[in-house]
Amino acid sequence: MSVAATADIQLDASGRLRHFLTVEGLSRELLVRIMDTAESFASVTAQNVKKVPLLRGKTVVNLFFENSTRTRTTFELAAKRLSADVLNINIATSATSKGESLLDTIRNLEAMHVDMFVVRHAQSGAAHFIARHVAPHISVLNAGDGRHAHPTQAMLDVFTIRRCKGGFAGLKVAIVGDILHSRVARSEIWALNALGVDEVRVVAPKTLLPAHVESLGVVPYHDLSEGLRDVDVVIMLRLQIERMGGAFIPSVHEYFQRFGLTEKRLEKAKSDVVVMHPGPINRGVEIDSAIADGPRSVILQQVTHGIAVRMAVMSMAMHAGPDMEVAA
Amino acid sequence: MNYARILIDGGRIVDPASGFDGAGALCIADGVIVGVGARPDGFEADYRIDASGQIVCPGLVDLCARLREPGQEHKGTIASETAAAAAGGITTLCCPPDTVPVIDTPAVVKLVTERAEQAGKVRVLPIGALTQGLNGADLSEMYALKRAGCLALGNADQPLAHPLVLRRALEYAASFDLVVVFRPEDPWLRSEGCVHEGVVSSRRGLPGIPETAETVAVAQALPLIEQTGVRAHFGQLSSGRAAEMIVEAKVRGVRVSADVAVHHLYLTESDIDGFDAFCHSRPPFRTQADREALRAAVANGGISAVCSDHQPHEPDAKLDVFPQTEPGLSAIETLLPLMCGLVSEGCLPLSAAIARLTLGPAAILGLASGRLAPGAPADVCVFDPAVAWVPAQGGWLSAGRNTPFWGRALNGRVTATLAGGRLVHGR
Repeated sequence: MSVAATADIQLDASGRLRHFLTVEGLSRELLVRIMDTAESFASVTAQNVKKVPLLRGKTVVNLFFENSTRTRTTFELAAKRLSADVLNINIATSATSKGESLLDTIRNLEAMHVDMFVVRHAQSGAAHFIARHVAPHISVLNAGDGRHAHPTQAMLDVFTIRRCKGGFAGLKVAIVGDILHSRVARSEIWALNALGVDEVRVVAPKTLLPAHVESLGVVPYHDLSEGLRDVDVVIMLRLQIERMGGAFIPSVHEYFQRFGLTEKRLEKAKSDVVVMHPGPINRGVEIDSAIADGPRSVILQQVTHGIAVRMAVMSMAMHAGPDMEVAA
Repeated sequence: MNYARILIDGGRIVDPASGFDGAGALCIADGVIVGVGARPDGFEADYRIDASGQIVCPGLVDLCARLREPGQEHKGTIASETAAAAAGGITTLCCPPDTVPVIDTPAVVKLVTERAEQAGKVRVLPIGALTQGLNGADLSEMYALKRAGCLALGNADQPLAHPLVLRRALEYAASFDLVVVFRPEDPWLRSEGCVHEGVVSSRRGLPGIPETAETVAVAQALPLIEQTGVRAHFGQLSSGRAAEMIVEAKVRGVRVSADVAVHHLYLTESDIDGFDAFCHSRPPFRTQADREALRAAVANGGISAVCSDHQPHEPDAKLDVFPQTEPGLSAIETLLPLMCGLVSEGCLPLSAAIARLTLGPAAILGLASGRLAPGAPADVCVFDPAVAWVPAQGGWLSAGRNTPFWGRALNGRVTATLAGGRLVHGR
């Protein structure tokens, strides 16, 4: 009503990426450009000297209001491989726990002349709020806000799918697990639909699906075997026991009985099905160990791709792509 | 400004109570109306208000407006918010009991009414607490609150511990013929929700408050209201279904009424798109279908009152991540213009709109106000239904600027408000 649509706030006047807050509203062309940029960085991370000077002299602040070692580590690595200086701020131990407002935290960091905030927060809308209030030259990357979005995860997932399958046309993708609380699922659904897959399915008990789930552009299933029939890609989500207030599922045991990925269930999918998981995995809860470690799993490739994708998004948001001049 | 005799003429007088709707003069003497339509013989005015091109109607009665005093003066004060109310054409308002301290003793009732009198703008009728400290378990001293001036009691946004407490509270209130006000919301179904549980909450990953949080609370209360015979009022409805249930009960003869906050007749869940904290409201803005159903109920009188649900906030309350912002809109100065907007949209005729703001709410509390009748207190509102204006710095009196209508053109503005014959706003 009174605030610009979310997509507008992410793009500058020329339509270039300035913040990366959510996949929603971004064009297919832009998503493809992110993946293409990530391809060029993938070769950087595979060589001996893993650095490019694109963000040399820039300061990236990892502002994490929620604990996360793996995501913070990959962002830190991505920033360092672009030659940026990295600052890690864990809010639980910082001034905010002493009552400092979020805006004051941001203003204080801005006063130290930083260039980018990578933000992870427990509440939906956090990255948008920060992006609306930062100084004009600062970029904001969303590393996950509440249940709303985790756009870099979605991008590395579709990047992985593109590498495995060559493209998106005709693909059936099933996302399995706690969709209701999942920012990964929401971002993946936007990305997959924008890139033109044939069908996105979500598989979960009704208590773990959002209201009016079809409006997100998915087909819901409550039976994993049915949901996996003829799919090309399965994305398993972790059962987030710490997020569950209560009364969503009776027990982890029953959840695995009904929604756990086993060899038998996977047989319903296409023979060249690819198994993905944003991690960390709960062996024996949502996924059988044998599958997680097996030949159809690309879980570890996802992690590798995560660095390249984050390097891509960071360099694009700071307008310092691999084909651009670097300030000396 | 005090004048003994006031003449308001040149305007169109609309008084839903008597059905008077036409050109004429309104004459006031010593704080009381002495003539509606025609001047009484020998009436000489000390002061004349030229109401050409304007509507002259009873002063508005707002059933729910928070003044934030005592206890939250950083959000607003009785002085600032009653001044804003007067600017909005309101001459009587009810404030909910969730001040700090809670309005659960005659002392706090007196504090509020005396400060309102000192501010000298509008009449404030505090709604007393149904339970002590709004704790939901112990009945408040309802008789004492009635003696101190409360006509209605409620538990604000706080739940009652269990249905037996609700039954006893209603029975006890009924013994003193007090109205019990509900803001229906089941705390368990509401959980940690902050927006309507629907398409937008699913897309934005925001915890939702399902429609059932409201309808379950209404369903639980209705049979107890019937059993105890208490006069009950459901405030600030957000769903069409809840309105349906209440109207059904009314038709069966149960003594219930309902109101809706005017912004629920405009805004829907889509308006929080982009995480706009100015649209963070409790109850939340629901679907287009709910908005249409609520508009229809207001138009046909099933919902007989429209209130402001005024909740002024300091800027910091809205400057945070959406779920961490405080809900509520600063709404008292947009109540009348938004109702004028509904009239222009053809939702209901002007006389019905004025009835929902005057006669309707007055009848719910059994007040004599809300009408222009000889002998009645001279509570009058003069407004221009067509003038365009923009809520912005300079013209806004409430301490709270937390409204999504800030900077947005509205039509309809008060030019003069009289409370008990005193000019409390305008000229």
